[in-house]
Amino acid sequence: MKTYINGIGCISTQKTFDTVFLEEAVHDHNQNVFAIVPPVYKDYITPAASRRMAKGVKNGIVASTIAMKDAQIENVDAIITGTGLGCIEDSEKFLKNILDNNEEFLTPTSFIQSTHNTVGAQIALLQQCKGYNFTYVNGAVSFESALLDAKMQIEEGDVQSVLVGGVDENGDYTTALFKLSGRIKPDNQQPYNLLDSNTSGAVYGEGASFFVLENKRKDNTYGEILDVTIINTLEENEIEAEIKSFLKSNQLEISDIDALVLGFDGNVDFEIYYKNLAQNAFAEIPQLYYKHLSGEYDTASAFALWMAAKVLKTQEVPEIVKVNSVEKPNYKTILLYNQLNGKNHSFTLISK
Amino acid sequence: MKGVAITGMGIISSIGNSVEENYISLIENKIGLSRIQNIPTVHADIIKVGEIKKTNEELVNELQLTADNNFSRTAMIGTFAAKKAVENAGITSINEFRTGLISATSVGGMDMTEKHYYDYFKHPELVKYITCHDGGDVADKIAEELGLKGMVTTISTACSSAANSIMLGARLIKSGKLDRVIVGGTDALAKFTINGFKTLMILSDDYNKPFDNNRKGLNLGEAAAFLVLESDEIIQKQNKKVLARVSGYGNANDAFHQTASSENGDGAYLAMKKAFEVSGLKPSQIDYINVHGTATPNNDLSEGRALFRIYEDEKVPDFSSTKPFTGHTLAAAAAIEAVYSVLAIQNSVVYPNLNFETSMEEFDLKPQTSLKNKNIEHVLSNSFGFGGNCSTLIFSKSE
Repeated sequence: MKTYINGIGCISTQKTFDTVFLEEAVHDHNQNVFAIVPPVYKDYITPAASRRMAKGVKNGIVASTIAMKDAQIENVDAIITGTGLGCIEDSEKFLKNILDNNEEFLTPTSFIQSTHNTVGAQIALLQQCKGYNFTYVNGAVSFESALLDAKMQIEEGDVQSVLVGGVDENGDYTTALFKLSGRIKPDNQQPYNLLDSNTSGAVYGEGASFFVLENKRKDNTYGEILDVTIINTLEENEIEAEIKSFLKSNQLEISDIDALVLGFDGNVDFEIYYKNLAQNAFAEIPQLYYKHLSGEYDTASAFALWMAAKVLKTQEVPEIVKVNSVEKPNYKTILLYNQLNGKNHSFTLISK
Repeated sequence: MKGVAITGMGIISSIGNSVEENYISLIENKIGLSRIQNIPTVHADIIKVGEIKKTNEELVNELQLTADNNFSRTAMIGTFAAKKAVENAGITSINEFRTGLISATSVGGMDMTEKHYYDYFKHPELVKYITCHDGGDVADKIAEELGLKGMVTTISTACSSAANSIMLGARLIKSGKLDRVIVGGTDALAKFTINGFKTLMILSDDYNKPFDNNRKGLNLGEAAAFLVLESDEIIQKQNKKVLARVSGYGNANDAFHQTASSENGDGAYLAMKKAFEVSGLKPSQIDYINVHGTATPNNDLSEGRALFRIYEDEKVPDFSSTKPFTGHTLAAAAAIEAVYSVLAIQNSVVYPNLNFETSMEEFDLKPQTSLKNKNIEHVLSNSFGFGGNCSTLIFSKSE
């Protein structure tokens, strides 16, 4: 049983709704943390419901609604979500209330929303989807875990359609902590560049990207998900052999790849994983990057899959995401590679 | 249907630091609920918890972690249990086969975050704990301690999390994607969860009484448990002993309310139904049900109704909740209860549902209240979580 991407929806730090494909995208060199470009929420959620919802829940609902419309389906058989930190703003709020008020005068709302599976659960509640519903929380492979599971669900023949997505939100205090810990680049170090960075830490972001996967090819199909793999630990000198063996298990070679999407995030300490591939084995292959637009976050790689699906459909690579100047007449097979701090590596392979 | 082989188990909970200790507590009615010691909280005199009576310092020493480690308590107890499971399965070379780790947690490193939240900016030596907050850090650390390099991921679906990690692991073996997988969950107690459940008004100030008409809510607990699942190829090749098998699994969503279960237990019913389909077993073949049985008014009513729907005109088999022993250990609950289910099969016992006195007025359902010896071929274990997440696992004796 094959798995096809039949609908996509993306709320990100760029205008990725009501647009064709990143034609309004901006590479902002002055910010180390990007905020989402908000959609008109009331077009999707009643204002009364919206007020009670966490940012991640709202964006997840909007992105999944767009994906469902795009796929022209009303129901799915399963909902699988990936998130690094869940609705972190509510976690912050509940924790601060505990600490500031010495465990008194607390209300449950923010505790409830802080549960990691809130986004997947709220979407299920809205759609009255009683099927399989999983949420993965494993840093940079949170989304790929969800994607792999979705593919397995379809292959096992249990479901015909799955809504799968990655969602994360910024929280002010967590952002400050990430600057302190070095995960986010320090303030006042403009310009923030990604490809020729010489500083540690990443340029950060948030977003929600959802996909409708089905077991049938349709007129509106973007492409097929050929394979997804997750590897926790790889040394920099192991990465090329690992990718080659991944491609080989799919009867492919590097020369069969029409575009390579890399997770460059501006962190000079670990970009060697991408650079080794970009400058050597894949030097003759078109290379794309995206975290200068989406920012880095645990499920930023879901933005990458949204972008890759768009490339398959439009057969165009926007200038703003090109790493090198290599072009191909057709974009048929795309490989995505992401990792964080040398851990949680993922390879995702899609084709037209 | 043969099911996926379980070849190793490791556990740490308030009723014991090993599989053997946990078993002895279960058959000798030694409960783990007590006043909280490791976390300073204003609720200390009101609540009873299933706390592991080891301090973080003791755990650091036992795990031989370096002084500059940044392990959360969740990661420490997780590592403790996972190491025991791998040892129990007789695995000496962890990456010899395609081996994965599927963990589960709800709080992750919240225990450290809440302890140091406002101190990070003043105390540089604490900054190392910032990165241990997220759920994935726990699995990354366990993998590192095991030397496991392959597939590692974490499931977080509140109180059903570990059931789902066992389910995913079984599917990864069945589909041939992995040869071997370590599955389970870990959650340490935290002020965050204590206060969260407190605001939801589902914490009991007494010992929890599952399926009792006068039940007042749950006691929280902390625990970690991991199981090793292996492919039949490895079992044959290495002539390994199989402890029991994961023969059925199902997950469904209640799609009713973020924190409450539907009155008719739709999600629970669908999860059990699916597990029976996967296993090819009939409900009447189940010898013991380890119910979710949190002892909240809502859960036990909903779960009971779902059991009646599954069993229709048949008698509901012997069932009990083991949460009066351990408390509700959240994302680890289904993992410790998986270990208890395997032990029930191995030792031919049904554990008592402690503290039960009066049947619920809504229906005539009486749990097993004393230890019962009988042959057990199949155990069904339920776990339900916030967000309507409902999971069922079926464990079977290996032929």
